[in-house]
Amino acid sequence: MTTETLASSTRVAAPKVKSELMQQRIRAARLFLIPMLVALAVVAGWPLLRSIYFSFTDASLSNLEAAQWVGFGNYLRWTVMESGAVRYRGLLVDPAWWNAVWNTVRFAFISVAFEAVLGMVVALVLNAEFKGRGIVRAAILIPWAIPTIVSARMWSWMLNDQFGILNDLGMRLGLLSQKVAWTATADTAMTAVLIVDIWKTTPFMALLILAGLQMIPKDIYEAAEIDGVHPVKQFFKITLPLVRPALMVAIIFRLLDALRIFDLIYVLTPNSSATKTMSVMARENLFDFDKFAYGSAMSTMLFTIIAVLTIVYIWLGQVRFDGGDR
Amino acid sequence: MTLNKMLVAMLTSVTLVAGAAQAAELSIVSGDTGNGLEFLRGQLDKFEASTGHKVTIVPMPSSTTDQFGQYKLWLAAGNTDIDVYQTDVIWAPQLADQFLDLTDAAKDVVGQHFPSIIESQTVNGKLVALPAFTDAPALYYRKDLLEKYGKSVPKTWTELTATAKEVMDAERAAGNAEMWGFVFQGNAYEGLTCDALEWVKSYGGGQIVEADGSISINNPQAAKAIDLAASWIGTISPQGNLAYMEEESRGVWQLGNAVFHRNWPYAYSLGNGADSPIAGKFDVAPLPAGEGPDARSAATLGGWNVAVSKYSPDPEAAIQLALYLSSAEVQKERALNQSNLPTIQSLYDDADIAAKQPIIPSWKEIFQNAVPRPSAPTQVKYNEVSSLFWSAVHATLSGNGTAAQNLEGLEADLTDLKGSAW
Repeated sequence: MTTETLASSTRVAAPKVKSELMQQRIRAARLFLIPMLVALAVVAGWPLLRSIYFSFTDASLSNLEAAQWVGFGNYLRWTVMESGAVRYRGLLVDPAWWNAVWNTVRFAFISVAFEAVLGMVVALVLNAEFKGRGIVRAAILIPWAIPTIVSARMWSWMLNDQFGILNDLGMRLGLLSQKVAWTATADTAMTAVLIVDIWKTTPFMALLILAGLQMIPKDIYEAAEIDGVHPVKQFFKITLPLVRPALMVAIIFRLLDALRIFDLIYVLTPNSSATKTMSVMARENLFDFDKFAYGSAMSTMLFTIIAVLTIVYIWLGQVRFDGGDR
Repeated sequence: MTLNKMLVAMLTSVTLVAGAAQAAELSIVSGDTGNGLEFLRGQLDKFEASTGHKVTIVPMPSSTTDQFGQYKLWLAAGNTDIDVYQTDVIWAPQLADQFLDLTDAAKDVVGQHFPSIIESQTVNGKLVALPAFTDAPALYYRKDLLEKYGKSVPKTWTELTATAKEVMDAERAAGNAEMWGFVFQGNAYEGLTCDALEWVKSYGGGQIVEADGSISINNPQAAKAIDLAASWIGTISPQGNLAYMEEESRGVWQLGNAVFHRNWPYAYSLGNGADSPIAGKFDVAPLPAGEGPDARSAATLGGWNVAVSKYSPDPEAAIQLALYLSSAEVQKERALNQSNLPTIQSLYDDADIAAKQPIIPSWKEIFQNAVPRPSAPTQVKYNEVSSLFWSAVHATLSGNGTAAQNLEGLEADLTDLKGSAW
């Protein structure tokens, strides 16, 4: 339904004079959109505005009504000490917060990069004609279908240092000289989280890319084959440019998702600075500590950072996309 | 409720007078480990039979840190779904506003409990929760292995380090490749605060924040204690110990893969369970002492309590349940089945308990000398204090800076957090 209304509204935009019928259709389309807009405002808009509001107050979870306006105090405040030196406090100068931001951004970029490449490979395989393709397509989606908490628990057992199957296999095959505590040590914890996340979300990426691949007309490849174009060249000259819009959308979906990673890290690794992400830290401040306002400031910053990164991504993507036309 | 049930209830319950005129539907949360859930269900069945109320258990994660976050959220939202909360001993000051005052309801039974425990659950004259059991950890050791290698039970942490290493190496050489010397709770959570407080206190390094609110953690004795613990990781304790909570460490221990183990008394009955490979092969001792002027054996005070939500739609029935769960009857069952330490003084002289769980009478003195975590002086900021402390310790254990460096940073962070007053 949405696509139809979209199509009709774009169609009517072209002729300057709108007929009575067209105007009626636009009104109807707007009417149909209202329920969704209301739902969005209630479940997304209102909580977001509340979080932003609380980030400018000194709210405490046990008494939200008594919140007092403190301006930007949660973000940055300073006191001038007797010696004349200035001491800065607040989220913007909190090293623990910036460490969490770095952890999150690093996680997001590495995981999405791997997922994009692996997802493309999987999609190409699934796009080829072979026997039992339907079954393979369904099977490959299983990691994506398992709830994250369940797969995180499952992996935490497989990665367990004493009883884990990965250590057992590694030892038996002679790949490991001693059992490794994958999730416990700071050096390997992030790698473990990345492995699980890539395992889980590559199918999602593959699915979106596959949809893009199937839009590419087959006759282009036939023409290329007749001209004797090498398959690798076919991929870079035909497949990649044509699948790019789908790929870009898939990447942005994953990027948004990865930047607010919470469950996997919360379940899989110790609550240490090596893997703590923005969401984990915001939750901790909101609920565990008596710092609801500070946690709200973190949520607001998280929202801002994701928004900025998304805008930058879309902008950069468009620059390259339209580059030839300018 | 049928007349029949009413009669049964009237006959069996003395608390009924308060009014079980109609049956209530209650919910209680439980983050119990081991076979704790099963045990709780059994006790609730008895409660249901005698009162006619219905009680549903809402299972929670076993990590006390995880539980707290959830409860705080529910309570702040005025959630009416949960009537009775099981609360950690450290939570009383932070959640006091959200629980009912049980002073009146418990005035007849309060005298049975140890006064110090009742005091820990009293905030500004309000009795926030009733004690269900108390906790003071033990050093579990494999008596068969110590005998085999002619070792005595270590009295100090240094001795423990040496003995653990020797026995572990000998066992490994004998073909038991999975053997480790010592397992404890090293994950970055409340449990590490307990373990590390014991190390620090045993070396005479104070208790993080003293009763008067002064920050004492940055001192050489504390650093020495934590540095020693850091030396265990990768030598006598597995690397994975950095991610162990109670149940993970008990897993290694109960499979027979550790010489020493630090845990709460609940691991005693589980370790002696019918399916346990180490049943009868281990014993418990007080935790080792440190070295230095004020060195002593130190155990962190734990324990769980039952509190009634002020948002409970049926507070009378909920209070009845809280009273029941803290009663001598249930505490005795708990002691017998779960080897949880009772909070009722007379149970320490109970012959049945002494026969079945010998750890309990001998633990009376230890828990009475146990060290409280600084939840009283730091009040609502306790969770953050604890989090800063365990983060500093976890960093040191992970080899990320020395104890002295991390404790210096910790002191600065705590001073900031404290501001002018806790």
